[in-house]
Amino acid sequence: MNQSVAELDTALGTHDLSVWYGDTQAVKHITLDIPRNRVVAFIGPSGCGKSTLLRCFNRMNDLIPTARVEGEVNFRGQNLYADDVDPVEVRRRIGMVFQKPNPFPKSIYENVAFGLRINGFKGDLKEQVERSLRAAAIWDEVKDRLQDSALGLSGGQQQRLCIARALAVEPEILLMDEPASALDPIATSRIEDLIEDLKKDYTIVIVTHNMQQAARVSDFTAFLYIGELIEYGDTERLFTNPSEDRTEQYITGRFG
Amino acid sequence: MKGQEDRFEPRLAQRRRNGKIFQAVCLSSIAFSVAMLVILLADVVRDGAAWLSFDFVSSFPSRIPARAGIKPAILGSLWVMLLVAALSFPFGVGAAIYLEEYAPRGRLRRLIQTNIANLAGVPSIVYGILGLAIFVRFFGFGRSILAGAATLSLLVLPVVIIAAQEAIRAVPSSLREAAYGVGATRWQVVRHHVLPVAMPGILTGMILSLSRAIGETAPVILVGALAFVAFTPSGPMDLFTVLPIQIFNWTARPQAEFHGLAAAAIIVLLIVLLLMNATAILLRNYYQSRRGD
Repeated sequence: MNQSVAELDTALGTHDLSVWYGDTQAVKHITLDIPRNRVVAFIGPSGCGKSTLLRCFNRMNDLIPTARVEGEVNFRGQNLYADDVDPVEVRRRIGMVFQKPNPFPKSIYENVAFGLRINGFKGDLKEQVERSLRAAAIWDEVKDRLQDSALGLSGGQQQRLCIARALAVEPEILLMDEPASALDPIATSRIEDLIEDLKKDYTIVIVTHNMQQAARVSDFTAFLYIGELIEYGDTERLFTNPSEDRTEQYITGRFG
Repeated sequence: MKGQEDRFEPRLAQRRRNGKIFQAVCLSSIAFSVAMLVILLADVVRDGAAWLSFDFVSSFPSRIPARAGIKPAILGSLWVMLLVAALSFPFGVGAAIYLEEYAPRGRLRRLIQTNIANLAGVPSIVYGILGLAIFVRFFGFGRSILAGAATLSLLVLPVVIIAAQEAIRAVPSSLREAAYGVGATRWQVVRHHVLPVAMPGILTGMILSLSRAIGETAPVILVGALAFVAFTPSGPMDLFTVLPIQIFNWTARPQAEFHGLAAAAIIVLLIVLLLMNATAILLRNYYQSRRGD
């Protein structure tokens, strides 16, 4: 069932997006659309700019003093890099899960409740924490020890807690920067199953080093190389019949 | 294993011996330091223990050694420490937070940073002169506890700032990203995540700084602490003396009795110092346990 990005409703799109770190250009004039309620994977060798591109989507690059962004990231008809856009609001709408699980050194409950408190959540805090933990498929493992430190959880559990933390503030898009690269195969497969479940309610963009993972979890795949978008399209087609030589060389393991 | 003999020369015995020598050197360094401390303490205790009594800590100084006490000096030192902590903590931690979390990276920040490091090495007497000019005269604090405390706060600020900066810098950036990622503002990130994690390190800096401030003599003499105080200070604007000045004053006298009194006052000073450090360590442990590691 090969499908085209153009036929689908767009959740977020970039237009001629470039990023510099000092004098080095990490992302070069990338234009692509992320379809709603789909999983898009960014693949490519180390240093190809896939993480940098991902971090543009919720203005995480703002935190790096030397980073400079040009071009547009459009979300709900608004350029996220326009002057009147507050990155704090962007990050609530577009959540992020990081490479290494990074729970707060607080209780499991507090990890999820923090985002709700700071954003002035008006509903039932406990209920929302439970719903988020359930959505991240970790509720059954932690429901009896919500007040224990999150640092006592295993790596895989910590990462699912981080996903719950991101989901709690009800984002529309979930960005995942190599979310399973620090985890063992069993924990990885749980995260992958979870991504499959979350697709129903969220648009997911995942950066991964692992091509099998991209093939397993994503609907669309973008291949980046030295800051450029080489190829972007239906995952199955891209892996079985890439149209670019460099894509084929990369996915068949001839470089990278 | 065979055939390798000529390609490697492990010299295991020599490598082990080197390790042992290094360990012995380290051990003797610590042994030397501890021995010095023990000799010092033993000397002070031998001279001063006989003079220690409840009367000694609860009496005013006197011309007659048997009646002399250090009540005003203890109270003066406590007042000064309290005010130094109250002044240097907010200013020091505030400056450190600004430099680490807010200040744009650039030449100006580097210049400020270098100057703070330099200020940490300025002789304390210079701070005394500064305190005399600014706090005693210009602000009109007079020869008060407040003037002394403000001067000592200036003296320890560089150390407080640098220690706090180190502690803040040691907070992993992944933690900041996690908080920003759920839509926290910079203030919320600092308040809820950076400060609690950095607090043990910040408090360690405070302990060291207060320990230095309580033993300082020269700048306090300059801002006008008195050697003979026959009343108890009741507020920050009162005249005052502190323990090191009382000690300095007694050691300068010819009579042997006063040397004994000085030794006894040193013991009290050390006890006050220990109590202060213990409090700070308890606070630090509290924050560490709350951090969950």
